[in-house]
Amino acid sequence: MKNKFFLVFIIVIFIVIFFIFYKGLQNSNIYTPDTNVKKNVPIFEAKLFDSSQIIKSKNLFNKNNFYLFNVWASWCIPCKDEHPFLMKLNKNKNIVLIGLNYKDSVLNAKNFLNKYNNPYEIIIQDIDGTIGIEWGAYGVPETFIINKDKIIKRIIGPLNEKSFSEIKEIIE
Amino acid sequence: MKLFRYLIVIFFLFSFNLSNAENDNLKNKIAKNLRCLICQGQSVYDSDSEFANSIKIIISQKLDGGQSENQIYDFLEGKYGEWILYDPKFNKSTYFLWLLPVLIFLLGGAILLKLFIIKKN
Repeated sequence: MKNKFFLVFIIVIFIVIFFIFYKGLQNSNIYTPDTNVKKNVPIFEAKLFDSSQIIKSKNLFNKNNFYLFNVWASWCIPCKDEHPFLMKLNKNKNIVLIGLNYKDSVLNAKNFLNKYNNPYEIIIQDIDGTIGIEWGAYGVPETFIINKDKIIKRIIGPLNEKSFSEIKEIIE
Repeated sequence: MKLFRYLIVIFFLFSFNLSNAENDNLKNKIAKNLRCLICQGQSVYDSDSEFANSIKIIISQKLDGGQSENQIYDFLEGKYGEWILYDPKFNKSTYFLWLLPVLIFLLGGAILLKLFIIKKN
């Protein structure tokens, strides 16, 4: 009787473990970051693009209600794809575009902006990528929509028609 | 006296090297326990991607600023979520992961105990 109970007990335990692992197998093993987390804008200091002036994050996001913070670089190919969308958003009065020039040379970045136009009101520089880490960014391009000091939306990768219309919906 | 001076210089040289080595060891240890989120199956230590290099700079800056290993993990967990840590913390979604080996060990022990000791008696 005791032996039987023991056997049943072991079988039950193995079935439970089997089902837990079986369920785990069906989970996606591709990591997708959460893009709807509401976080505060990180506190940082950064050098303005092509200037020696240092600006604090609290002075960067204090005027308008909506800000678009875009991580870009001249060496980033997808940044060219999303550039027309940034230029369109630049014309919208409800949102201010701020660029974070990520691990780039000033000369190359200037050439990029001369060639494709500058959609940003302010550009700050991230020479070693540490400001990007403060934002929790993965790389370039990446876009954050900020409302009242809170990150309300995050787009990893280049902007496209879908994300562009989503942004327009938020700000209008 | 001259010998004494030399000894002091040598002592300082060695102590500088030692503190640097310790700092490097800790830096490498932290980088090895962080997942490179844009790479496939690589730690921050193994990877040479832009992301991993920036994380390595952050680790050095925070260590130089006097932060502890756990403070650095907490900072990065706050930015990127728990996925960045190779060693997951004990919480309600990981308790099974942590307790399962212990459970299996105890179960195996109980089976062996039953087979060898209780049967012998």
